[in-house]
Amino acid sequence: MGVAIRKTKAELGLADLYQGARRYLPGGEEITAVRAAAFDRFTAVGLPHRRVEAWRYTDLRTQMKEAKRLASLPDDAAKAKAREAKDLFAGAGFRKLVIVDGAFVPELSDLAELETGLTIQPMADALAADKPLLSQRLGAIVPDDDPALALNTALAANGVVILVAPGTALSRPIHVAFVTTNWVATSMFTRSLVNIGAGASATIVESHQGPDGSEYQVNTAMQLVVGDEARIDHIKVVSDGNSALHIGSLLANIGARATFNQLGFVAGGSLIRNQLFVRLAGEGTVADIRGGSLLSGTQHADTTLAIEHAAENGQSRETFKAVVGDTARAVFQGKITVAPGAQKTDAKMMSRALLLSDEAEADSKPELEIFADDVQCGHGTTTGAIDDELLFYLMARGIPPDEAKALLIQAFIGEIIEGAANEAVRDALTGALLGWLGRRE
Amino acid sequence: MTALLEIKGLHAEISGGRKIIQGLDLTVNKGEIHAIMGPNGAGKSTLSYVLAGKPGYEITAGEVYLNGEDLLAMEADERAAKGVFLAFQYPLEIPGVATLTFLRAAFNAQRKARGEEELSSPDLIKRVREIAKTLNIDSEMLKRPLNVGFSGGEKKRNETLQMALLQPSLCVLDETDSGLDIDALKVVANGVNALRSAERGMIVITHYQRLLDYIVPDIVHVFAAGRIVRTGGADLARELEATGYAQYQSEAA
Repeated sequence: MGVAIRKTKAELGLADLYQGARRYLPGGEEITAVRAAAFDRFTAVGLPHRRVEAWRYTDLRTQMKEAKRLASLPDDAAKAKAREAKDLFAGAGFRKLVIVDGAFVPELSDLAELETGLTIQPMADALAADKPLLSQRLGAIVPDDDPALALNTALAANGVVILVAPGTALSRPIHVAFVTTNWVATSMFTRSLVNIGAGASATIVESHQGPDGSEYQVNTAMQLVVGDEARIDHIKVVSDGNSALHIGSLLANIGARATFNQLGFVAGGSLIRNQLFVRLAGEGTVADIRGGSLLSGTQHADTTLAIEHAAENGQSRETFKAVVGDTARAVFQGKITVAPGAQKTDAKMMSRALLLSDEAEADSKPELEIFADDVQCGHGTTTGAIDDELLFYLMARGIPPDEAKALLIQAFIGEIIEGAANEAVRDALTGALLGWLGRRE
Repeated sequence: MTALLEIKGLHAEISGGRKIIQGLDLTVNKGEIHAIMGPNGAGKSTLSYVLAGKPGYEITAGEVYLNGEDLLAMEADERAAKGVFLAFQYPLEIPGVATLTFLRAAFNAQRKARGEEELSSPDLIKRVREIAKTLNIDSEMLKRPLNVGFSGGEKKRNETLQMALLQPSLCVLDETDSGLDIDALKVVANGVNALRSAERGMIVITHYQRLLDYIVPDIVHVFAAGRIVRTGGADLARELEATGYAQYQSEAA
């Protein structure tokens, strides 16, 4: 260090955002201190670039030209737009919570008849109350040197807090819908916390969407704290507008003998970075982590996963697939760390890319870091085009080439969608897939 | 009799490679079953691919007409919609596509291409189930991904099921007997025989005579070095079983 690097326009802009907002951002003394420390961490390293290993393929310093001004609180017009926005999960009967332009909007959210053991609160209120639990959570972030996450901690204004009491089995999934309405590009920093008590279970769906053509910037983080013998199914769908920047962080700490099913799906946005930091903290936990990206045009989607098996007898499966058309680029970085003493860990990671054009690109960097001696870990990666033999077989049955390709793409990404335990979720993801295929035609 | 398929002076080669078909003339009339027999490497499978429209082959001379229409000008999917069906020697496995989904896509795509109304899912499923029953195909199999984990016999029965569902006017069966035990062979042959009709023609490509005991052809051709070197009746197949192909290979060379 010690070399002064000239700050970029975006870095200066972010500093302005923080300086301008810090007195208004929700939080008491503790939270404010956490924010300041986080912003200092960001300032020390600046926007990540290709010489930062974790961001090697996504040079945010180059690609983020400027920081958009912070979104203002949604007015009636924005709320009306959000109400009319397309909902992939409409009709599924999920409990919907709506975040408009980064702000939790109770009147658009279904807060009626909360199940016993379920608490829902706007993150802004929780921050303002300066709850010790929250400042701990906000401070004790897994990789506290990640600059994008540090920015989120510094600037997060709202989001949602969902608490599921120990032993509570929530049968009704919760859908947190992040809707950007504004055509004028703004930036939104949201932070959410989901706490699943011991023995409890819940399905949390997160969706992100916004208008095409607007260069809005999303920096969103979701923190999952899952107790022993609990189960969480977390699904995140990015259908942001075609000019949007989406940086998402998932921070998951999973207890013993718990079940963690996570599925990320990218079917929108311009520059997308989804980073997952998962810690299987307790023994005997089973994790199934899947990701699917559907990319076209000049899209760039980076999925970076760091999963730590911290205790023994854990099992994890990581399956990531990307369909990449035109000049788009898919990035997958996956690192499995097995801590000393995490014996009998069984982890398998696979990433596959299906390239639809000669200019499409897929980069894959799997890593294993193993400090225990009695484990089974493996990884694999493949990149290929649509199989001509399969295409001919379908065409020989009368299926036109475009439809045959669509069928093969569906088949390829189907393995990811099948990972969702909830049928309505599978239907919604299939709907997103069909929508994407339809837009390609 | 009306000519269903007319192949005139056909020459074909693998793109940028070997000459495979070298001067083939063949007319298949409606209602006829032609057997094409020949040694390995004679170009039998290439002929089936050229008829079905597989990319990667170059037609250097000749013409192919189906019901008077220029078959070579059409893509594989258009040929299928016009009634060409190739039963593959090695049907492909497609993970992630349920057999029934595939059947529905194929059936409705062909109908759409012909300007006909698509069949509703329940009607289609009913029709598929009826055919599946005659071929001893379990309805569980229809839900499985296409051909994935199917035995050799199951794959060939599945091909026959597709043929029966799609009701093509020209069936090209490429080595349908390969990989089949005698019981599976009988089931498949029964399925094929059920499709014999005055409106349909078939080309049965095989190395061995065995299949032709069950699917009895009207005409048998010996295919060697890319063209037909002898034509006869069903008894020619039995003669070949006794004498082998050696004489034709030397003749052609």
